[in-house]
Formats: sequence, C-alpha cells, structure tokens
Amino acid sequence: MNTLQMAVADGMTIARRNALKIKRAPDLLGGVIALPIVFVLLFAYVFGSMIELPGISYGEYLIPGIFVQTIVMSGQITGYTLTQDLQKGIFDRFRTLPMSPSAVLTGQTVSDVIMNVTSIVVMALVGLVVGWRINSSPAEAALGFAMLLLFAYAYSWVTAAVALALRKPEVFNNAATILSMPLVFLSNAFVDSARLPGPLQPIAEWNPVSTIVQAARELFGNIPPGAAEPAAWPLRHAVPVSLLWSAVLLVVFVPLATRLYRRAVSR
Amino acid sequence: MTAAIVAEGLVKRYGTVTALDGVDLTVPQGTVLGLLGPNGAGKTTTVRILTTLLKPDAGRAEVAGFDVVRDADRLRAHIGASGQYAAVDDHLTGAENLEMVGRLYHLGVKRSRRRARELLERFDLAEAADRPVQGYSGGMRRRLDLAGALVAEPPVLFLDEPTTGLDPRARAALWELIAELVAGGTTVLLTTQYLEEADRLAHRIAVVDHGRVIALGTADELKDQVGGDRIEVTVTSEADLRAAGDALASLAAGGVQADAAALRVTVPVSGGAAALTTALGRLADGRIAVRDAGLRRPTLDDVFLALTGHEAGRQADEKIKESVR
Repeated sequence: MNTLQMAVADGMTIARRNALKIKRAPDLLGGVIALPIVFVLLFAYVFGSMIELPGISYGEYLIPGIFVQTIVMSGQITGYTLTQDLQKGIFDRFRTLPMSPSAVLTGQTVSDVIMNVTSIVVMALVGLVVGWRINSSPAEAALGFAMLLLFAYAYSWVTAAVALALRKPEVFNNAATILSMPLVFLSNAFVDSARLPGPLQPIAEWNPVSTIVQAARELFGNIPPGAAEPAAWPLRHAVPVSLLWSAVLLVVFVPLATRLYRRAVSR
Repeated sequence: MTAAIVAEGLVKRYGTVTALDGVDLTVPQGTVLGLLGPNGAGKTTTVRILTTLLKPDAGRAEVAGFDVVRDADRLRAHIGASGQYAAVDDHLTGAENLEMVGRLYHLGVKRSRRRARELLERFDLAEAADRPVQGYSGGMRRRLDLAGALVAEPPVLFLDEPTTGLDPRARAALWELIAELVAGGTTVLLTTQYLEEADRLAHRIAVVDHGRVIALGTADELKDQVGGDRIEVTVTSEADLRAAGDALASLAAGGVQADAAALRVTVPVSGGAAALTTALGRLADGRIAVRDAGLRRPTLDDVFLALTGHEAGRQADEKIKESVR
C-alpha cells in the first residue's frame, strides 16, 4: 500500500468508527436527527405565525436558514468528539499503530459529512411538510445541496481546530456555543438583514452564514418575489462567495487543525 | 541473543522539569524487563518514547531494530502497546474495537475480523463481544485494551501498568497470559508499581527513580545487593528487645537492627536455617519470650527501600539515596 492508499483506507476506517459512534450515542444522534426536526417545527410555527412575507410563505424563506443553522450547531459534534477522544487516550493507541497520521482528522470530518447528509435529508423532508418548496431547476437544487455540504465540511475543520486548541470538552462546548449563537442569529437566517438596526446590519451582511443562506435561497428558489436586490457585495454574489468562503476555511483550517492535532497529542 | 529494545542516554525535559535524566536499557529478545519505580519516576515517559509517542530531547533508542525517531513509521508495525488508561471506544462493541485496530495495522478486513474473535475468546470476552464497551467492567476494559495490543501479534510488547485496577483473579490470569506470550518468543517491557508483579514476571528488573535507572538485574541479584538472609525475632517487651539483640549479636553478619515500635530485632545472617536454630537456642537460654521468629530473604520491598529511600508506589518526602551501583 502506498502512502495515499493508506491515508484513504485508514481515513475510511476512522470514519466508520465515528459513524458507528454517532449511531450508538443517543446524545449525538439527537443532535443529528432530533435537533433539526425541532428547529424546523419550532421556527416554522413560532416565527411563521408572526412574520409575513409578500408572495412567499415564511416557512419557505426559513428552511434554507435552518439548514445553515443546523450545520453550524451540529458542527460542534466534531469538536466535542475530538475533545472527548483526547481525554480518553484513544489517540495514544492510534499513534502507536502503523496507520496514516492524517486519518484521524480526515476520518472525523468525513464522518461529519455523512452526519450532515442525514441532518439535511431529515430537515428537507420535515421542511416539505411545513411548506418548503424547491422552485428552481434540479441542477440548481443539486448545486444548492452540494454547496451546503461543502460548507459543512469546511466548518467541521473550523470546529476541529477550535477543539484541538481548547482540548477540554466542557471548555470547548461553552466556547462553541458562544461562537455559534451570534454567527447564526446575527445573520439573515431568520430575518432580512437589510432591516436590522445600525451597526448590526453590516455585521449581518458580511457574516459568512448570511452569504451561505442567501446562496441556498437563490439555488432553491426561495427568494421572495419582488424582493429588493441586496446592497451588500457578498449577498449580491452569494453563490460564488459561498464557494470562496468554504475554500478559504479549508485552506486556513485544514493545516491549522493538523498542526494543533500534532501539538495536542505529543505532550 | 539479540536485543529487542536498546535505549541509550534517553533524556526528556518538560520546561525546567527533567522527566528522564539519561536512561539506558537493554532487553534481550524473548525476555521481560520490569521497569519498577514510584509515580513520577519516569516509567511512563520511557515507554512513551519507546512506543514513538514522544521524541527524546537527547539519547537514542531502537526497538525491533528500528530507530524510535528516524524509523518511527516502520517501527509501529512491530510493536503493541497497552497504556495506563484503557484506550478503547465506549460506543463500539468489543469486536468492533479490535477489528478497527486490525484494520489500522492493515491486516485486511477478513483477518482483522478473525483475529478479533480469537482474542475475545482468549481474553474471556467472547460473551460480551457484541456489546458496546460502555457496559464493560473496569477489568473487562483492561483486558480489551491489552487484546488491542496483541492484534498484530507484535514481537515487542509495551505494557504500562497492565494490572493496575484489576482484581486478583484477573491479575493472575493476565500474568499467565504474559508468561505464555514470552514463552512464544515475545519481548515484553512492562512498568509496574507492584513488586510482586515484577518479581513474578520479569527476567530482569530496572529500578527507576528521578528519571534514572538506579539498579538493574534479576530479582535475586537485586536482593543480594541488599544483603542475604536475615532472622527476624519479635519479642514481648522492650527489655527483651535489648536482651535479644545482645544474645544474637555474635551471629550477625552485619548490623543488628532493633525496631522498638514493632518490638522486632532483625539480624543479617549467613548460614540459613542452621543459624535460625542456633538463634532460637540462645533466646531460650536467655529466657527471652519470643512471640514470632523466622528466617527470610529480603523482598523487593527491601531492595526498593534501600535503593530509593522510600517505599514503592509512594513518593516519600525525604530522599535518602544510597548508591548501589
């Protein structure tokens, strides 16, 4: 086996292990399946009953936002699993094995993709029940799902890096919550960012989450008809900027997480 | 006989703390070396360097013919390691845990599966094989972790305090298994705080303290360093304690020790059982009431105390070091 074949085979072995873990752990499985359902129903019915949009149901407007919210929230699972593994000494066992050292992180992030696919399918189905519709071509819709998964994969590397820097599960969980709440709510996921007051508006418009949500709305055809063209540059070019964001996150956080992993385990 | 493990002048520092201060070791193939020492002596650091988890700051080491730093990647295919904390996955079953390790040793799917079943059988875990490890007892986890170290049938095995936390029955079973492996040619380096374990399992023992090997030899050699046989007599009063000491002084091959609290006199002797008979005769002549008397070999406990100035497994405040080397 050459180095690359070994890296792929070992990455798959670790991904398989993580997938089994998620399947067996009720707390993780809840994050993957129950949480997205709760989000869709809660936001669709609570906010949906209060907020009216011209020419489109709020549910339809909302679901792309929920997709991204769930990706950000469940990204915590990646980091949390890593911090727990760090505490347990399982990485010591891995490091005494003749396996590819990159497999731990690639395996972890690949299993997160499987997890995210599951979440998105669940959300899409529940979304259809509460009134979400895809109003675009199949090609655009497919690109929409692919773009969401790419962002999810890139974001896994972000939480992996944060987790490996903080190392303790409780510390990580607190930090991740403090980080992800404003990331999700200071965006256009639930409200029109153009209508936010003063200083919040530019923050929300330049928040990468807003860009991803805007891109998803465009690709699924969930932009309210007659809505004004967004003023902010990233929102006007949402699809290419979303792909750019994912690429930037990968370029920065893959090497960073790899370096932090090496530091975290070699003490 | 070739050496399976060679370490020369290993040094490891953490900031200003020197964890290893020049460790030298040689373990011939097919033998067991016991690393014996109190907590913080440097046992685990030594094992972590030899299993490629840590890089030494100075010195070099070879395991199974591979340099632990330069050939770390190739070396890992030839070792098995079981740590102090059972490194097993809670949500996976016992079988899945071992299969995963087999795959990461690149044994292939089929062989990994077969090997997992074999080991579960051998470690008395066959019944629990398909249950998540979460429900395992502490002893079962330790056994599974150890089984993980054996998946690839490695020629060199590192066991860091393998029996800590095991009940006496599980410990005895583990000892038997290690003896079996060694009989089959496996080289084992194990760390332990239990003198009995080192005495029982190890061909040679390296006593480690403050990051150095302060004594190395077979259990008997180490015991001989402390002295030969000794007679211990426990009396019933303090007056008798002095009288007993005087009565036995002429038999002594070294200094007579009297422990007032325990009312016990310890006399180093040469001459074994005959010396004990003579001693009992002298005590009877002096009308000294004896509660208990016996002849004993020094234990590894005595060795440890003499070498390090503190008992095994405990970090004493005062360190009276007697250099025996």
